[in-house]
Amino acid sequence: MTPTTTITTLDISEAKRRRAEARWRYARDTCVLWRRNRLMVVGTAIIAGLLLVTAVAPLLATHSPYEQVLADRLLAPSGKYLFGTDGLGRDIYSRVVYGARITLTIALLVAAISAPIGVLVGILSGYLGGAVDEILMRLADVFLAFPRLILAIAFAAALGPGVENAIIAIAIALWPSYARLARAETLNVKNNDYIQAMRVLGAGKMRIMAGHIMPLTLSSIIVRMSLDMGTIILTAAGLGFLGLGAQPPMPEWGLMVSDGRQFLVDQWWVSTLPGVAILVVVMGFNLLGDGIRDVLDPRQRQA
Amino acid sequence: MNAEASVAEDFLLDVRNLEVEFPTLRGTIHALQGVTFQLRRRETLGLAGETGCGKSVTALAILRLISPPGRIRRGVILFEGRDLIAASEAEMRDLRGSQISMILQEPKMSLNPVIRVGDQVAETLLVHDRTLSRRAAKDQAIEMLATLDIPDPHRIARRYPHELSGGMAQRVMIAMMLVTRPKLLIADEPTSALDVTIQAQILELMKALKREINTAVLLITHDLGVMAETCDRVAVMYAGSVVEKGPVTTVLRRPRHPYTQGLLRTIPNDVAQDQPLFSIRGQVPSLLQPPIGCAFAPRCDQAMPECAETVPPQYGLEVDHHVACFLHRGTGSTYSQIP
Repeated sequence: MTPTTTITTLDISEAKRRRAEARWRYARDTCVLWRRNRLMVVGTAIIAGLLLVTAVAPLLATHSPYEQVLADRLLAPSGKYLFGTDGLGRDIYSRVVYGARITLTIALLVAAISAPIGVLVGILSGYLGGAVDEILMRLADVFLAFPRLILAIAFAAALGPGVENAIIAIAIALWPSYARLARAETLNVKNNDYIQAMRVLGAGKMRIMAGHIMPLTLSSIIVRMSLDMGTIILTAAGLGFLGLGAQPPMPEWGLMVSDGRQFLVDQWWVSTLPGVAILVVVMGFNLLGDGIRDVLDPRQRQA
Repeated sequence: MNAEASVAEDFLLDVRNLEVEFPTLRGTIHALQGVTFQLRRRETLGLAGETGCGKSVTALAILRLISPPGRIRRGVILFEGRDLIAASEAEMRDLRGSQISMILQEPKMSLNPVIRVGDQVAETLLVHDRTLSRRAAKDQAIEMLATLDIPDPHRIARRYPHELSGGMAQRVMIAMMLVTRPKLLIADEPTSALDVTIQAQILELMKALKREINTAVLLITHDLGVMAETCDRVAVMYAGSVVEKGPVTTVLRRPRHPYTQGLLRTIPNDVAQDQPLFSIRGQVPSLLQPPIGCAFAPRCDQAMPECAETVPPQYGLEVDHHVACFLHRGTGSTYSQIP
């Protein structure tokens, strides 16, 4: 590289080509990092599978998830009923397939509600400090004082049973952990030279928080979100199991596990197969979350 | 030259009797104790002195970025005749980055690690012009990078800071600070973190740019060689005040303050191999309890009884050369002093 050559004329087509090249290189690097992490490949496959199932659930399902065939109650898995049937003669396989939609909706909505609130509170708290920090963090402490599931149960019970209320309840229980994380990241970076450089440039508080601190907190928030997906699904299933989340006849996995309790000894498939679905999906999100952390780290990209 | 004449002159930056303090648990640190200096338009003024003498604090005070609980206790900072100490925070925000910019010491630490460098340069423009589109700002940023002798600016603009060398990062930083063509650039040890070979390149570049965009530079450095190379005038600081200032050749060739003389003797150039290196005896005084009189008196070989009792005023020696030392009393007229 000769540092003394000044490029004065910038050929536009050349610049475009270079830009495309850089984008391509970035994608290729991501791919290499992704492949290097075997567990992440597994996680990605599981979550991709989940998304696919969600998208084409009507094609995959062999029966209606709601249709009751009382004559076919509690049949073991077979060619006709892949996962067997439940106490009301509904096809468990089809219910698990449709249940993926509900599970994914709950997980995404909870993350979409709690993470932005947490990030907002955390950055305000960490960057502004002082009284703002005290008030916001003591508020977060109140929520963190209870175990997450207990808090979610309490809010779900107070708001009344139902999927929407379960989503709100879980989000309420979850945002303080994002706030804590965002605050810690903010404290970590706010005295760095590059933030000082932004002050030197005349950037205001809002601009610094939104444009320069937020991107720095994002990678850990995204990792946390993907790891939390599992917890959210478990909590939602827990609420469903307790009758505080999704209501019958919804094909929600937690609710299905709960329905099968009374047949657990003789007809194991009624509870177990939806339970396996929960297990696989939660594991998939955890593996993916771990991997995302590595891929998002720009320092891993050095040639 | 007397006090009235210098006040009347139109300075770009006029700092008078600036005092900055930092309250701590062990008492108040008096970081600046009456700093006075002036900077003309398009001039390069070197601010010299050892670590901890208040060079960087002076720079931050000019930008009003002393972080609490530190505060400006008193003094005047006039920028184009406007009093910056009285200015509102909103006014200061307008000024920072557009009229006064500052290059920080560590180029690689001064760039946000998760934002592409081209976007960071563009951000300076966007901060000060809300009507500017992101694309237009980026184009200007790339143009600025090209001006800074950065090869293939389109590609460099898309890089993250960790992908750049120190010299390249400093160029980006300079681009970031000069893209708005400020009237005053403060450079806080811009080359200290760089290799010697890169240092020369960066200094040359700064000189060229300074001519091109007509900016004045306040160059903070402890490297007297760099100072001789680049500055028109210098101000030497010791323990929170300016002890000597004047044209660079005068101060470096005929230093009058015992501290400046000592500082120049510490440069190991003509010393024979078996000779020990010269160092000024004693230590820098604590800024928690600064000496009552001249701060340098305890280390000065020519100290007189009154040096320990009274702070010496600035004596004007010849055109533009001022020394805060009683040895030069009577050789010229007294310059402005703390009221």
